[in-house]
Amino acid sequence: MLKDLFHKKKQRYATLTSQDVAERLGRTRTAPVEVSVPEGLMTKCKHCGEATFTKELEKNLKVCPNCGYHYTVNAMERILMTLDEGRFFEYDADMTAMDPLGFPEYPAKLEREMKKSGLKEAVVTGEGTIGGFPVVLGVMDSTFFMGSLGSVAGEKITRAIERAIAKRYPLILFTASGGARMQEGIYSLMQMAKTSAALAKLHEEGILYIAVNTYPTTGGVTASFAMLGDLNIAEPGALIGFAGRRIIEQTIRQKLPDDFQTAEFLLKNGMLDMVVPRKDMKQTLATVLELHGGGARGE
Amino acid sequence: MANDLMFEKPLVELQKKIEELRSFSEQSGLDFSEEIRKLEEKADSLASHLYDDLSPWQRTQMARHSERPTTLDYIKGMCTDFLELHGDRAFGDDQAIVAGIAKLDGIPVTIMGHQKGRDTKENIARRWGMAQPEGYRKTLRLMKQAEKFRRPVICFIDTSGAYPGIASEERGIGEAIARNLLEMAALKTPIICVVTGEGGSGGALALGIGDRVYMLENSIYGVISPEGAAALLWKDSGQAQRAADTMKISADHIHSFGVVDGVIKEPEGGAHKDNEATIANVRETIVTALRELLEIPTDVLVEQRYQKFKNMGHYANG
Ligand SMILES: [Zn+2]
Repeated sequence: MLKDLFHKKKQRYATLTSQDVAERLGRTRTAPVEVSVPEGLMTKCKHCGEATFTKELEKNLKVCPNCGYHYTVNAMERILMTLDEGRFFEYDADMTAMDPLGFPEYPAKLEREMKKSGLKEAVVTGEGTIGGFPVVLGVMDSTFFMGSLGSVAGEKITRAIERAIAKRYPLILFTASGGARMQEGIYSLMQMAKTSAALAKLHEEGILYIAVNTYPTTGGVTASFAMLGDLNIAEPGALIGFAGRRIIEQTIRQKLPDDFQTAEFLLKNGMLDMVVPRKDMKQTLATVLELHGGGARGE
Repeated sequence: MANDLMFEKPLVELQKKIEELRSFSEQSGLDFSEEIRKLEEKADSLASHLYDDLSPWQRTQMARHSERPTTLDYIKGMCTDFLELHGDRAFGDDQAIVAGIAKLDGIPVTIMGHQKGRDTKENIARRWGMAQPEGYRKTLRLMKQAEKFRRPVICFIDTSGAYPGIASEERGIGEAIARNLLEMAALKTPIICVVTGEGGSGGALALGIGDRVYMLENSIYGVISPEGAAALLWKDSGQAQRAADTMKISADHIHSFGVVDGVIKEPEGGAHKDNEATIANVRETIVTALRELLEIPTDVLVEQRYQKFKNMGHYANG
């Protein structure tokens, strides 16, 4: 059994607490700013307005107990709620962006984004286990530069795919992105090509890939790895689309449907396999892995 | 000459003056040949000055010129026996992309590209070359067919982007583009791509994964249009000219980044000044590349294609 195989190797993984993961990811603080639930005793839901104890909200995986609204979670929180016991071995932790176009103020903006988010780039990649099954995991974080896809995210994801192929581990990518990183111009566009090309190899090798679309998955990420899973899954209410709402409205001069570009809209239109609430995500992933005998076709 | 570009105005006026003088000379019987010769010299030097060092924005205007050769002009100009093939077999036939099979230099090829219209009516039918999912799915169907017969694929890229609309999103424009990227990367037959006009974002890239990718001298290739970049950067799409510089979208830049394999020369003043010469240049580049690629074993070809795109990006390894 793959499960048994894994247990023999498990010494390779450090068992981390959330504080350890935080340090590993270069964070100076465990609670992220802005996008996340504000600090304080009570949190008022942005969706239904109901006040909830912040502690209760966090225990509920940052989902409103009243209406089910899914708050944005950062990469570290996602890793903790997805992998077994926070065991995570990070890849390419120190890779950082350059400024290939000499784009005005890009280096300064990168520095600000790093300070603000405590991250070095918009994706964290590595490996761990889910329900005992080893997986290669990539998690995008929209608190860094809107989760935009630049050379670093493209390279880290491509390397993660190549490692999944080499180790014959399944691949899971949680996407969250405002789209391409304009500041890297054509290089950012080419990251769509590069990651998709690597996924072509992965699929040819018979290795499972699960794409989990979270709020927001847009632009170049939607038009590449977010839509190329054997299973495309999304969190409830997640914004998923290619073109921006404003551009579409300007082009067609027509009101867009209320549920336009939501996970439910994509499910209805046949673009997703499932919409899975956060509380069920880990178990669902474990079941999919189980159904695929761990996630790699036997040789 | 309604289609002259703003920056060409001094030259156009000079040429008009030469014409007037010539017809006056004919009517009056007076000899103005010396004056005409001088003006023509002046026009020549003005032209070389004007076209020698075009700004990215001037090139953007050329790339969008309504009289520039379109995909069908290229196909009909360089191929024989062209048969246009239609439909994605799932939803419909998107006229924003044309595709078919033809013979190029005696070699059967699958050939396709974004198709802009010549007039408003045709442009509405073709959505100005902005494709919906079924357009990309048509190209994918025909690329897989090409693979079956080991027939090379040739793609012409000329679009400001995929069509932004409700139907596009409903039918999964993101998935359609992504699927093309994945399948083209692994397609077991040679692929040659040419950016002939506008190479706009994912809608352009969806036909852009090739063993060889070329750009015409005055074409552009970018992750976002200059107008879109200006709106994001300075909240003012009127700053498109500035954004065209900042985004480094012209062929010489993109080539220097290693993202395309070569730049194809255009006649002085742009492709639209001499469609025939432009098409001949493009044909020569494609045929030369095609002959080279056909010599390479398929598995080597596909691996080289993978490595080429894998190497695109700039990062510091920590
Ligand atoms: Zn609520």
